[in-house]
Amino acid sequence: MNKPSFVYVTYIRSTPEKVWDAITDIKISGQYWGGGCHRNVSDWKAGSKWEHQRNDESGVADVVGTVIESKRPGRLVITWAAPSEAADPEKTSRVVFEIEPHKDDVVRLTVTHSELEPGSDMLRGISSGWPLVLSSLKSFLETGKVVPK
Amino acid sequence: MVAYYYLAMDKVFKALADETRRQLLDRLHADNGQTLGQLCEHLAMTRQAVTKHLVLLEEANLVATVRRGREKLHYLNPVPIHEIAERWIGKFERHRLQALSDLKRNLESSDE
Repeated sequence: MNKPSFVYVTYIRSTPEKVWDAITDIKISGQYWGGGCHRNVSDWKAGSKWEHQRNDESGVADVVGTVIESKRPGRLVITWAAPSEAADPEKTSRVVFEIEPHKDDVVRLTVTHSELEPGSDMLRGISSGWPLVLSSLKSFLETGKVVPK
Repeated sequence: MVAYYYLAMDKVFKALADETRRQLLDRLHADNGQTLGQLCEHLAMTRQAVTKHLVLLEEANLVATVRRGREKLHYLNPVPIHEIAERWIGKFERHRLQALSDLKRNLESSDE
């Protein structure tokens, strides 16, 4: 296995269940992800499809993939691809969410993104995207406020 | 809540207030996921000194580590820097600031 492309860590004053739900719940993810522009949709069972949809009536998916491993609230593994490239294993990457109690009432969330194609648009998009998503998630869970896009 | 928040931010600023630690972050920005050995290659420092700096960066959550077999890989974690930027950059300033920094970069590179 190649080494991961990115590893992002954030500490959130919350519970593992709330962090899990904020990532996976269609209504909660739609409130902060990309300033409320996107939502995550799936039943989050291993083998199911998941979609990162525009948070409007169109529901167009901008990222799609398969749920590989799903253990609420600790570990979620999904594949990640642009819908037009989803059939191409070379262009399909992999995201692991690890949610673990840190200390007191603080949770450590680690997002590991691997198998990204070097030089791809997806790689460029990802490297500016995750820090924004994670700081929005943290701010949403801790203060209820949404970081503007 | 407030104490926890300020303590975390203090650690970030202290970690960034050192030339060597900023160099280490630059090297991870250029090539993410390096071992201690790789990070030591171009630094005129002992392994122990580099390790100390990496521990401070990890405590400030500016560096995240992953084990791969026997190796420990270091990754730049820009999330705390993003949080600092969010705090002082207003909703409508972002595009103007981006335009200013693009202008600065263009003007400075055309001098060469």
